[in-house]
Amino acid sequence: MSFDLNFIGILIGAIMASSVPLILAASGELITERSGVLNLGVEGMMIIGAISGFALMVITDNLFLAVIGSMISGLIISIIFGVLTQSLLTNHVATGLALTIFGIGMSAMIGKNFVGIPGKEFPLLFVNFKENIPFLGPILFGHSIILYFAFLLPFLTNYFLKKTKIGLIIRAVGDSPTSASNQGINVTLVRYSCILYGGAMCGLAGAYLSLIYTPQWIENMTGGRGWIALALVVFATWSPIKVLIGALIFGGITILQLHMQAVGLRIPVQLLSALPYIMTIIVLVVISRDSRKIKLNTPTSLGQIFYKEK
Amino acid sequence: MIKIEKRNDVSPSIYFFTPILAIFLTLFGGGIIFYVLGFNPVEALKFFFITPISDLYGFSELLVKATPLCLIAIGLSFCFKSNNWNIGAEGQLIFGGIVGGGVALLFYGHDGFYVLPIIILSGAIGGMIFAMIPAVLKTYLNTNEILVSLMLVYVAKLLLDYLVVGPWSNPEGFNFPETRQFSESARMPILFNGLRIHAGIFITLITVFLSWLILYKTYLGFQIKVSGLSLKTAKYAGYKGKTMIIIVFMISGACAGLAGVGEITGPIGQLHRNISPDYGFTAIIVAFLGRLNPIGIIFASLIVALTYLGAETAQIFLQVPKYTGQVFQGMILFFLLGSDYLLFFKIKFLGLKKNEL
Repeated sequence: MSFDLNFIGILIGAIMASSVPLILAASGELITERSGVLNLGVEGMMIIGAISGFALMVITDNLFLAVIGSMISGLIISIIFGVLTQSLLTNHVATGLALTIFGIGMSAMIGKNFVGIPGKEFPLLFVNFKENIPFLGPILFGHSIILYFAFLLPFLTNYFLKKTKIGLIIRAVGDSPTSASNQGINVTLVRYSCILYGGAMCGLAGAYLSLIYTPQWIENMTGGRGWIALALVVFATWSPIKVLIGALIFGGITILQLHMQAVGLRIPVQLLSALPYIMTIIVLVVISRDSRKIKLNTPTSLGQIFYKEK
Repeated sequence: MIKIEKRNDVSPSIYFFTPILAIFLTLFGGGIIFYVLGFNPVEALKFFFITPISDLYGFSELLVKATPLCLIAIGLSFCFKSNNWNIGAEGQLIFGGIVGGGVALLFYGHDGFYVLPIIILSGAIGGMIFAMIPAVLKTYLNTNEILVSLMLVYVAKLLLDYLVVGPWSNPEGFNFPETRQFSESARMPILFNGLRIHAGIFITLITVFLSWLILYKTYLGFQIKVSGLSLKTAKYAGYKGKTMIIIVFMISGACAGLAGVGEITGPIGQLHRNISPDYGFTAIIVAFLGRLNPIGIIFASLIVALTYLGAETAQIFLQVPKYTGQVFQGMILFFLLGSDYLLFFKIKFLGLKKNEL
């Protein structure tokens, strides 16, 4: 029996690992959206993070630099989005879409010479505990530092948004940019910062994929995870803690479909793969019907252009 | 000194000038990227934009790729003009392809002039039904259409994958993930021997004409434009917003479905996993580049189709990945959106006046 229990522990550990990129990207995007900016470029920023992290790892042979570098490149690419939407007042939806298309293309161009190079082993923490403690071991121990950070991040984000002054300012900017601006807050600056933070987190999410989860570079390797992260923010009704829960559910489905055939269940793999998307639609419908529920946390000015007459 | 002023009215000349500016900036930006990656920029751009259309075959390929892009973008222009963000045209294209392909398999071995029209019609209906999901959810349940239409893209892709691997896979196909080749009666007629350009281009041209008629000559078109400019005005005028939202989604879904069925009965001739190289997403760029104007969209579709061809040529001659085309597509949209700033703001370069010195 203890063996079965251990297997479940390993399964939960695997689910946690597969939810990490979703948590990171969605937490970043959540801050961006809370300031009233809808950035559909998550997928593009993630894939840029993935290739820059991997390329830096190969070139410098230093994982720390690779991780930091991936965040910086996510941040740099999000500057394009910031300049366009905040300074040149472009449409958020179209600009974000362009960012995703551009990011996928750019990453493939940069990554041309990195295809087929094996990755490096990323150090995992507390490996002894993982093997020696049944059930809880594989859940709590033997993960990378990024995983621990990812699981802490939603709580930090929650605290940041609710208890700190900067968090309050971000929410004010998202809910009513005009009043915030009248209070002397520089709306454009706040939104720029939130866009850049979102970019850095998406970059990190990408690096987790190319350095730890599947340590290699494959074209288009984010495979739609950026879009799921975007859906996740709505799924969570812009609440950081619910992002964590949602990411675990979505990660769980990914792992489940890998194990389905092994267990011998006769459900088409494609149906399982489609479940996260279908579930997001259902959740969207449910929360959108109850306008009170969605208004509780929804940034009122989401996706709207703010222009201050000088 | 530089001074920025808000424009009161947008002059039509600058409205159509900025897309051209965007294209030049993209070429320039692309040249820089090629240079950074160690290519001769002029030569690389020549491989990208001139070599592919330097012969008749290349020109025909350009039209083969522009045909679906133009068709989808025309449909999307109805949505975008009325402020409905249908970004799931890719899903509607695939679903149209699935329905049309299913009918084509049903008619496998049948001859008759009626087969192809039935397939085309069913593809259009398929795309239309798929587009109605986000439309109905938006109008009756207040659900965000951006996310729903996008999520449905993945659902459609996975459904297609399931069908071509499972129930619809070719019984004599050695388990390849593809259906049978459709019968000759289910294929779009080829226009010239030896070239791939097919009758689907007429569907696109007819759609362009019809859309111009609807947008500029009917009451519905007027409603769409007013709703896009100001939702409040539209409500005040008593337009039934819900019906209009559903109609624009139906039009755009039908166009995407037609594009899907045009692909599978035209150049592809069967169903497999990759019936579209993201035409549905790229068409969003086409719609913007064409300024949501039917004639503009024709030109835009040719330019964007060239990025697809260019990427293929560059893949052969420069060994760059096929995704390179997306770098150019993304850049066009960046520069286009960015230069729209010139539409709404005037930048004045003021010299210092003499009396200020």
